[in-house]
Amino acid sequence: MYRYDEFDQDFVEQRVEQFKNQVERRLKGELSEDEFKPLRLMNGLYLQLHAYMLRVAIPYGTLNGKQMRKLAEIARSYDRGYAHFTTRQNIQFNWPKLSDTPKILEELASVEMHAIQTSGNCIRNVTADHFAGAAEDEYADPRVYAEILRQWSSLHPEFTFLPRKFKIAITGADHDRAAVQVHDIGLQLNQNEDGERGFRVFVGGGLGRTPMIGRKLREFLPEQDLLSYCEAILRVYNLHGRRDNKYKARIKILVHESGEDTIRNEVEAEFLKVKNGFLNLPLEEIERINAYFAPPVFEDLPETESAFEAAKAESRELANFAKRNLNPHKAKGYTSLTISLKPIGGAPGDATAEQMEVIADLAERFAYDEIRVSHEQNIVFPHVELRDVPLIFKILAANGLGEANAGLISDSIACPGLDYCALANARSIPVAQEISERFASLERQHDIGDLKLKISGCINACGHHHVGHIGILGVDRKGEELYQITIGGSADENTSIGKILGRGFPADKVVDAVETLVDTYLDIRANKAEAFIDTYRRVGDAPFKEALYGSG
Amino acid sequence: MKVITANRLLDGEVVWLGPNGNWVEVLTRAEILEEPSHVEDALKTAEHSEKAQEVVGAYEIDVVRDEGRILPAKLKEMIRAAGPTTKPDLGKQARAS
Repeated sequence: MYRYDEFDQDFVEQRVEQFKNQVERRLKGELSEDEFKPLRLMNGLYLQLHAYMLRVAIPYGTLNGKQMRKLAEIARSYDRGYAHFTTRQNIQFNWPKLSDTPKILEELASVEMHAIQTSGNCIRNVTADHFAGAAEDEYADPRVYAEILRQWSSLHPEFTFLPRKFKIAITGADHDRAAVQVHDIGLQLNQNEDGERGFRVFVGGGLGRTPMIGRKLREFLPEQDLLSYCEAILRVYNLHGRRDNKYKARIKILVHESGEDTIRNEVEAEFLKVKNGFLNLPLEEIERINAYFAPPVFEDLPETESAFEAAKAESRELANFAKRNLNPHKAKGYTSLTISLKPIGGAPGDATAEQMEVIADLAERFAYDEIRVSHEQNIVFPHVELRDVPLIFKILAANGLGEANAGLISDSIACPGLDYCALANARSIPVAQEISERFASLERQHDIGDLKLKISGCINACGHHHVGHIGILGVDRKGEELYQITIGGSADENTSIGKILGRGFPADKVVDAVETLVDTYLDIRANKAEAFIDTYRRVGDAPFKEALYGSG
Repeated sequence: MKVITANRLLDGEVVWLGPNGNWVEVLTRAEILEEPSHVEDALKTAEHSEKAQEVVGAYEIDVVRDEGRILPAKLKEMIRAAGPTTKPDLGKQARAS
């Protein structure tokens, strides 16, 4: 993985000192809250319902055991013994004291981590496919480009005060695992007819109150033009993005209002000005960064591992885990293993300090010290030998981390909602918990198959409800929580925005409604291989609507 | 009926304005404001506290009397007053039991 050079380390340490001084001045009254708020936000420190919240960046969701152990230590020493992994592959601490935050940032800097650009109207943490560097279907490791983008966008002087926040995601394969089409810029690695590497470029995707699917500005952007083209997009946005209305300030609104062709022409014109300048990416630089992400040396292992096969035959739990939580690896005899942070009845994305330490230990022992956070709020070991899976599973299961539900209905995304968030209108976590309890039977979940359920506690859509196969949006209706259900959303290479089926449901009825949708699907699916989203695309919303609201 | 609430600057703890202009950690000890003029005065006190680095983001909230107990009228404020509904071991609710 990428290691800080002396400049990175110096910079992060200076930033800690600077923030320490700012906190001191705030506590002495030399800075008012109005003056201090933008400074704390630049360091990822929010004020939420119960306390401060510190959001720490995990660049493209990649970290090692030492870093995970440090996060566990922070959770234990400065917080309440747990933390929350987010849909942007970051981690949040829910209870830090303002007076402790400089010390926390100092601890983070000691393991090459920080909280810079996790808030504010700047380019945020670049997210990437969580199977990057391991997936058998990828053209190249997208983290190499995510790191190049990170270096370019960190404290970019021109893009520190954009009209609004700006999110970039990158995926390495035709199958999009990073939801690139619902980001401000979405990049999908591909190849042209000559076998040269480049990117499909989407612009203006986003969720929130105005969900939009990104428009494809380029089918193929050569890799050396990555930064020049992104710079051109950001310049057009910085110049024309609306600053008069916070709700219309994202680039998606600019793209929508100006039209795809106008934006493309403006970006291309700007691109011509910066192309072949200092932002041109020399091959040597790509190679230099690439070296940081060199995969471990894989052994020449058999395709199937007999001991693993035998263990699966003996243990139904292991077989279920293997069926759902392993992803094909580019090297024979290896796999990428998903650790679900969605135990039945648990809060999606939460992990205790002890669990984080178990994950760190396992990563160091069995997974080449590589850990990923997925945007679906799970943890991934990208490189694991198949023969080690039974023991890893046993240890995970003993620590409440062995749920065999990756990609199933109980593996839902949920934002913190009204239990923590100052912006939320309704709770998300209890809905996720109740749904996972209702569908607790693994047999039933496996029968239902792939189903992405996503829950947001307000229209800002941190829980990605618009792109859930089933999406749930919590709203406040005259002081009561009400949940709107959408159906047919998707965040992969066939991205779609879910449709609202009808009136919302009160908290005590929403789980029944979800069950009705699932039962309807089971009744009408063509066969067991037809996933929920495919059935929906085949039949449309009519049968689901009728099941929920009747034919009247 | 209203009370004034804020978060304490140092640790973010949810607090309410008490009868002596002090900030209290439990809602039951907050000063209940029945008259609009009392609310105005209390907000002035809160503003002073903000300038003195005691609290941040002070605002008024509606409260109701329920079987003699004072409760926030809105769910968001009930959650602030108790803690996350999903984690009874955390927040003020954990200290109360």
